[in-house]
Amino acid sequence: MDQESSAAAAAASGASFISLSEHEQMYFSGLHGLCQADASGKLSSSKVAELLKASQLPAESLHKVTEVCGAKHLGYFGTAQFYVALKLLAAAQSGLPVRLESVTANLPLPRFVGLKTESEMRYAAPPAAAAAAAAAAAAAELQYLSTTAAGTWSPADRSTFRHLEANPDRKEPWSPPRSPCSSPPRSPLTHGSYPHAKQRNGVEAQITYESQPSPRVMAQHSFPGHHAGKATAEPPAVTQTSSERDQQVTDECDNDPWRITEEQLEYYTNQFKTLQPDLDALILGGVAKNFFTKSKLPIPELSHIWELSDVNKDGALTFHEFCIAFHLIVARKNGYPLPESLPPTLQPGFLLREEEIPDTPGSAEPLIVFEDAEARPSQMDLSVKDSPQKSTRKQGLEEDSGAQGGISLSQEEQTLPSSYRPEPPQDLDLHSRTKTRPRSHSSTSIEEAMKKAEEPPTPPPRPQKTHSRASSLDLNKLLQQGAPGVKSGWLLPPPALPPRPSASQVSHFPNVSEKPQSKVPQPNFADFSHFKEEEESALKPEEPGPQSRFGLSTEDLQSTSTQDVSGMCHSQAPQKPVRRKYHAESQDSEGLPPPAVPFPLQDKPVQKLQSKQKRTIQMAIRKNRETNAVLTRLNSELQQQLKVVHQERVTLETQLELLRPLAST
Amino acid sequence: MAVCIAVIAKENYPLYIRSVATQNELKFHYTVHTSLDVVEEKISSVGKALGDQRELYLGLLYPTEDYKMFRKLHNSFTDVMCNPFYNPGDPIQSKAFNGVVSGMMVQTG
Repeated sequence: MDQESSAAAAAASGASFISLSEHEQMYFSGLHGLCQADASGKLSSSKVAELLKASQLPAESLHKVTEVCGAKHLGYFGTAQFYVALKLLAAAQSGLPVRLESVTANLPLPRFVGLKTESEMRYAAPPAAAAAAAAAAAAAELQYLSTTAAGTWSPADRSTFRHLEANPDRKEPWSPPRSPCSSPPRSPLTHGSYPHAKQRNGVEAQITYESQPSPRVMAQHSFPGHHAGKATAEPPAVTQTSSERDQQVTDECDNDPWRITEEQLEYYTNQFKTLQPDLDALILGGVAKNFFTKSKLPIPELSHIWELSDVNKDGALTFHEFCIAFHLIVARKNGYPLPESLPPTLQPGFLLREEEIPDTPGSAEPLIVFEDAEARPSQMDLSVKDSPQKSTRKQGLEEDSGAQGGISLSQEEQTLPSSYRPEPPQDLDLHSRTKTRPRSHSSTSIEEAMKKAEEPPTPPPRPQKTHSRASSLDLNKLLQQGAPGVKSGWLLPPPALPPRPSASQVSHFPNVSEKPQSKVPQPNFADFSHFKEEEESALKPEEPGPQSRFGLSTEDLQSTSTQDVSGMCHSQAPQKPVRRKYHAESQDSEGLPPPAVPFPLQDKPVQKLQSKQKRTIQMAIRKNRETNAVLTRLNSELQQQLKVVHQERVTLETQLELLRPLAST
Repeated sequence: MAVCIAVIAKENYPLYIRSVATQNELKFHYTVHTSLDVVEEKISSVGKALGDQRELYLGLLYPTEDYKMFRKLHNSFTDVMCNPFYNPGDPIQSKAFNGVVSGMMVQTG
């Protein structure tokens, strides 16, 4: 018994290596349909028993068959067990011992006598249940096949097949719960049925149709041991959903249920437009919730679908996310268990690429390779393209349908191995990327406080117009620019202007620069520098106590005075705007005559001017540097003061907090 | 690496709780509640005063090494909230959330 049970287990797992001939495949699938498989693929035991009895084998051998095929071990007939059982029946009928080895032999089809439903099946076109219809139609077709000479396909057969198939196709409604969603849901399927019918052009076409459904189609048969579907070109299990899926499969041209076809895309687009007329806009979460709840899927499943499809986690659906969600719902309604993470063909990158390449070829291979090779850069492109970021962050999601899902997932994985594996590393990459991007502004208030504490950086000093010629045009320009220039922060005193000093002033210049005396000949210059300081202090943010200002002012006086002295005409030019801003016309007039005075003077020492200018430029640079140093020192001092004050504040606050409960109690 | 992760609702019942399987798992649950009590105490004592205080306290969570942990948790929590099919107050059943939490739990063996 142990041997047999282990053999049964082996049979269950080894069923994958049974090769069924095409006729056998069709026949068996018809019988399978006859036995009314339910959603999980288990066959109705009464029907199976009936079938077994119809084989007219002795009860003993029937028991043996049941044991060997593994159904006894499992407790029910799954598809694999069923097929093995049929093979064993055939073996038994042809006189071979009921053993696993005989299964591999080339056997004729098992014969069943007295199946009541045979005649029913043939004319089962308008049945009550859609399931029976599809099953019966296919079964009828197969019965018809088996009763006719095996392998002879006459045109008449084909036409009847088409008729039989077409009828149930049309009769089959979409899953009825979908009805509130309006009739269009049927359209993808009815569309599907037409190419399906078109395929029935010849024997070969039919056979290829039968054997076409890929292992993925069989994903619904998620009981252990059903690997026959993968290893062999399994005949379509004619259950309710499988026929629909077959149509979808033929639609999708590459046997991938997770791929969105053109018609589906159109349909989704229309649905999107009913919810949100702008295709680029988002559907809000609540709106989407109401819409998808109409599909009557249970809420946890809808929640899971949402998690899968909202790739950028924004609580709303873009058009692509909507398509993904819709497609997942459609698949789920068809009986596909929900995947743990988005299949590669459903990912937003893929969808976008599909849009770009509308004429996708039928074969799956190049597309998958495309995905692999370019998945990463494409997703990176997407992140540039779309405003919401695309990432698949679904890792390790539970299956709500338990074992079913797990096994179907394994099947999917086996069938989509290449494209799946690049997923996790990309996911992680994008995960980290998207994690940082939308959450980037999660700074605590401390950071914000720090930011506010940072002074707005002082604007860089304007490059002074270092021209050495006192052209009145330049002056005018400067004057014009003066007012806006000042407002935008002519901070530093215009030390740079290498003016055209007169000889006397040049002689003054080195003296004055070396000795920082505040000996300013003209009072108005002093005034001007004073005003300049004011401007400076006003413009500088966070100018604290007066003493520093004065300190600055003295220093500045020194620096500016020299410049004033040296750079008469041009230092006056920058001064002029200052004067304009703060004071006015009186100084203007005062400023004007002094330039007039040096003019005649300048005519004389023309030769010395170049060297003088160089020196003045150098002096000006030095002055600049000194003022820079002074200002940076000041800045650091202020920062320190700020920190100290902050700390004081914090300590005070803690003290206050400590005292408060005391006060309250 | 956490030993126990819990998300407690406003009404003090756990929306999500998971701990490393040990005998004194209940102790972890108690600890969770007591730590929340400490936070509440701090908050209530500050009262109307400055957000600084509160921030300083919660600052323990952010700047510490486990900063990543809290942030990750919080991110996944907001993802769960974003899901329109999630009703606030429901126990959290999101697989993504579970995944994140598993990643953060102490991995023993």
